[in-house]
Amino acid sequence: MSEPRLSLRGVRVRLGGALALDVPALDVLSGELLAVIGPNGAGKSTLLQVMAGLTAPTEGKLLFRQSEVRPGDVAYRRRLALVLQSPVLLDLSVSSNISLGLRMRGMRGHQAGDRAHLWAERLGVAHLMERRARSLSGGEAQRVSLARALALEPELLLLDEPFAALDAPTRSALLDDLRRLLRAAGTTTVVVTHDQDEALALGDRLAVLLDGRLRQVDTPERVFGSPADEEVAAFVGVEMALPGRVIAVEQGVARIAAGRETLSVPAEAEVGEEVLVCLRPEDVTLMPVEAYHGPSSARNRCRGRITRVASRGRLYHVSVDCGFALVAAVTPQALGELGLAEGNEVVAAFKATAARVIRRG
Amino acid sequence: MDSILAGLRQAIALVLQRDPLVIDITLRTLLVSGSATAISLAFGLPAGTLLALKRFPGRRLLLSAVNAGMGLPPVVVGLFIALMLWRSGPLGFLRIIYTPAAMIAAQVVIASPIIAGFSAAGIQQLDPRLRLQLLGLGATGWQVVLALWWEARLSLLAATIAGFGGAISEVGASMMVGGNIAGQTRVLTTATVLATSRGDFDLAMALGLLLLLLSFTITAAMTWLQQGAVRR
Repeated sequence: MSEPRLSLRGVRVRLGGALALDVPALDVLSGELLAVIGPNGAGKSTLLQVMAGLTAPTEGKLLFRQSEVRPGDVAYRRRLALVLQSPVLLDLSVSSNISLGLRMRGMRGHQAGDRAHLWAERLGVAHLMERRARSLSGGEAQRVSLARALALEPELLLLDEPFAALDAPTRSALLDDLRRLLRAAGTTTVVVTHDQDEALALGDRLAVLLDGRLRQVDTPERVFGSPADEEVAAFVGVEMALPGRVIAVEQGVARIAAGRETLSVPAEAEVGEEVLVCLRPEDVTLMPVEAYHGPSSARNRCRGRITRVASRGRLYHVSVDCGFALVAAVTPQALGELGLAEGNEVVAAFKATAARVIRRG
Repeated sequence: MDSILAGLRQAIALVLQRDPLVIDITLRTLLVSGSATAISLAFGLPAGTLLALKRFPGRRLLLSAVNAGMGLPPVVVGLFIALMLWRSGPLGFLRIIYTPAAMIAAQVVIASPIIAGFSAAGIQQLDPRLRLQLLGLGATGWQVVLALWWEARLSLLAATIAGFGGAISEVGASMMVGGNIAGQTRVLTTATVLATSRGDFDLAMALGLLLLLLSFTITAAMTWLQQGAVRR
């Protein structure tokens, strides 16, 4: 396990008397990508500003590589870089914008220029270097904004809803590029987002923030699979997120090794890629073991033992251990007819089209 | 009408002849109002920046005072500076009343609020997230201010143009604290007033023409600079 890069201890922020942020303990580990998710107004941006040293917490402290951060410390701010939701570029050329942070740190002209060019290339904006920043499209401007932050090669990168202002195609292209770049560079990153797909695509771990309070910090599959409380469950929804690896892609259908099984899900993905297969319990059907080899339109069938039967309103959620936890929502009638009880063996099945794949590089 | 046209011809001739008296008055006008604008910029720009960026008790009151100061009647400023610099006044020991220095002081009082007010408005118009983003990239306080000035440069040039305009066009304060002494404190505005009161309309028109020309040339130069700043 890598050591914490940034730690928050008993951090509270009060705005006008109201508690806007309450984080008892949070560690951002070296080299990890931590995605902070929560609805709008949950205090995500406040958390990011505290991390950036721009908002002093009312209580508690910040530790960077185990030493305490003083609020307003320029030396601390120069170890990190912040990217805001909509790109705020200066009225200069793209190249001057990308090298801005480097020049503010006193880096010389050609050295800063070379570094800016490198990151412009990596973000696919090298051909825009001589353009005025104000003439760029939204997607181009956000790429420039990201290049400006990444060119600093920060010890901690803070991203505040970096895709929220972009249209869908622009956003998915940038999301793919950014994920690839951050994984390759091993940049310790905190990304704040209200979008679960972004969080799942980027985050090694997820931190769930609701009403200013940090509720759960865990791997995506555990946050989705076993939410800390009902509010977290309600926010993340009832989807499961099953980790797997693409082993083949044929005619737009990916074969994904997950647990002991191989799943088929339509997806654009590359062989060898890590992915999350997202699925709703309503789409999972349970069958007797004899049906494992029988005909069915459900492409995905997994054998496993029932680990838990829990009442959820008028339905039951039956958890099956297939090497990963698959949850099926069933009616009380089905529960009785199939004799579903903990310890029993069963076949869980879902159609290829019921699942969706999130690429994690 | 004929006499006006004749006077205009006479005035142009005076300007073209480079009459030493007229040149002397013009140069002094430039010196006094130019220095006053420079000093006002040194006061007004930091003051405007602080008012735009810092939140402190009494800020609104101060901002209202600055905004009110943008329309200060020059004669009131003249009276105030005269009272201060009068031999028995609190700053009387400086012995600068009826000198160009006193006129510069009066014009600084007139131009500073104009520059501060326009600068504050210009900087407040900037995207508030700009400051946050700059800090988030590791900028020091000074680097933030310089970047904000760059982004607000059009407003800041407009502020300077307005400040210079206020200084060069005022007559009341210069008359009261400068005394309109020939060869010492006579500037284009006060000389025009004097020439008109004497009925020397040719000279008055010549001086008025010069004043217009001067203020047009300088403003045009600054505007050219400003619009060049837009294109880049």
